[in-house]
Amino acid sequence: MDRDVSRSGIAFQPVLTKNINRKGSERIQIYLESGGYQAAREALTMEPDEVIEQVKCSGLRGRGGAGFPTGMKWGFMPRDANTQKILVVNTDEGEPGTFKDREIIEQDPHQVIEGVLIAAYAVGATRAYVYIRGEFFLGVKRWIKAIADAYEFGFLGSDIQGSGFNLDMSIHRGAGAYICGEETAMLESLEGKRGTPRLKPPYPATKGLFGLPTLIQNIETLSCIPHIIHNGPEWFSKIGTKESAGPKIFSVSGNVNNPGNFELPMGISLEELIGDYAGGVPDGKKLKAVIPGGVSTPILPARALDVRMSFEDLAAAGSALGTGAVIVIDETKCMVEVTRRISKFFAHESCGFCTPCRIGSRRIFETLDRMENGEGRLGDIDLLLDLVEGIDGHTFCPMGSALVNPVRSAIQHFRAEFEHHITHKTCLVPNKTPV
Amino acid sequence: MMNNGSGQETKLLAALYLAQEHYGWLSPEAIQQVSGRLNIQPGKVMSSASFYSLFKMEPQGTYVIQVCEGLSCFLVGGGDSLIGYLSERLGIQPGETSVDGRFTLEVVQCLAACGSAPALRVNDELYENMTPESIDDLIETLDMGDY
Repeated sequence: MDRDVSRSGIAFQPVLTKNINRKGSERIQIYLESGGYQAAREALTMEPDEVIEQVKCSGLRGRGGAGFPTGMKWGFMPRDANTQKILVVNTDEGEPGTFKDREIIEQDPHQVIEGVLIAAYAVGATRAYVYIRGEFFLGVKRWIKAIADAYEFGFLGSDIQGSGFNLDMSIHRGAGAYICGEETAMLESLEGKRGTPRLKPPYPATKGLFGLPTLIQNIETLSCIPHIIHNGPEWFSKIGTKESAGPKIFSVSGNVNNPGNFELPMGISLEELIGDYAGGVPDGKKLKAVIPGGVSTPILPARALDVRMSFEDLAAAGSALGTGAVIVIDETKCMVEVTRRISKFFAHESCGFCTPCRIGSRRIFETLDRMENGEGRLGDIDLLLDLVEGIDGHTFCPMGSALVNPVRSAIQHFRAEFEHHITHKTCLVPNKTPV
Repeated sequence: MMNNGSGQETKLLAALYLAQEHYGWLSPEAIQQVSGRLNIQPGKVMSSASFYSLFKMEPQGTYVIQVCEGLSCFLVGGGDSLIGYLSERLGIQPGETSVDGRFTLEVVQCLAACGSAPALRVNDELYENMTPESIDDLIETLDMGDY
């Protein structure tokens, strides 16, 4: 992980990634040496409600894309001590542009296990399922070893650290389906079925895995938990902005000199993140557009770079923080081609359950494919906007509607490129990368 | 550890992985085996298996090469150009397996390696920052491997 805070005015010590460059960072001994599992020991002496209260006070919001307040989500779990409850660890990172969770699970799995232990204790879950992307082979190996070590050192199993609390954990490999990152589709997949989202309500907190109350959390969210408990909610809430507390791992990729994961406080400016941390655009080219939160978020033009990376600031700028995955596009790339690629992803990954997503994403891809190949027709832009209208808000799950964001914003900010493709049958971009 | 009456279904994906490892792909025989062992109807097994892209419904090459065509890979010279290069080098189109059964070429969506794009996978191994030259080296190494 690359970072150079000296260029930034912010004196920030990494929290979530502090161990990642240490040799053997995935091993429990290294984690314990760096103070690991202290927070879990502290949490196990507290009342579960007190733990939930601390997470609420910290202002932590989910890092998987939706940004829902974590403490509030925990509060939705039923209090009934006689009902078995379940915690599902969402390790199905698949949003194009995002590669932070993979790094955490490969390099510091115990930080996540500690977060799981604290979360499970807080909501009274005695069973944790790790749902990991099938492609993450190294991650699977590291998780299996980490779980075995956590059992051996008494951080999983019965009577954890003499607290009387029990937690069992097992790992389940997904098998290649973006939709399984959607929490109810993940539950279906864990039950061995096709990964088709469920109707909500009932929400998983009421009726989740095997019909039992279930809490589902993302890897980065869980990684924040030990630090909140150990350093206190006030410490956490002082990092970042008013509505986006804490540190955040930003994945920067695309046309930058120094792509990678950068852990910084929420609210860092997008300009600084790209220019200082990710090293700017290579070969003296100009930046044309940025996708600030993974391909599900609206594209921003270069002039909108002066924005803070927080939930509230990006929403005000007409986009979204999503997973914090920043994709940088230089001036030599054709926006029709960029949009075509994004639409191909959504068409490929549609689970096929609902018509607006299944057919809509396919029609959008076909239309963009036609334009890109010089066969665009007059009216194709209106057709795209009409298709987008038909999808927006009409899909069974939020992932279906996500395609609307990049398509609509690309046309809004780069309409001339789409028009040129239709009227001239070629790219407006002169130095377009050959395809 | 299971005390919630969830039955055998939750083991289905893991069982399909094991069967695929054993048979090389999810042949009708493999589906029958999984169905029998877990006492789940073959139709239900097929329904789940066919949903997931990592489960293969036809025989695969010794080395399955999955090239990412995601946006971040495309932006830095991956995607189509590397797929085209590999396709020519191996003499097969995406989705095909070479006649000698050594290589299968696949195009996949994001591999969560956007920071080290272009990326590809060979079987369970991730390869990052790929160029035509490093692809040549990789194929040569695989060619020398046990077969």
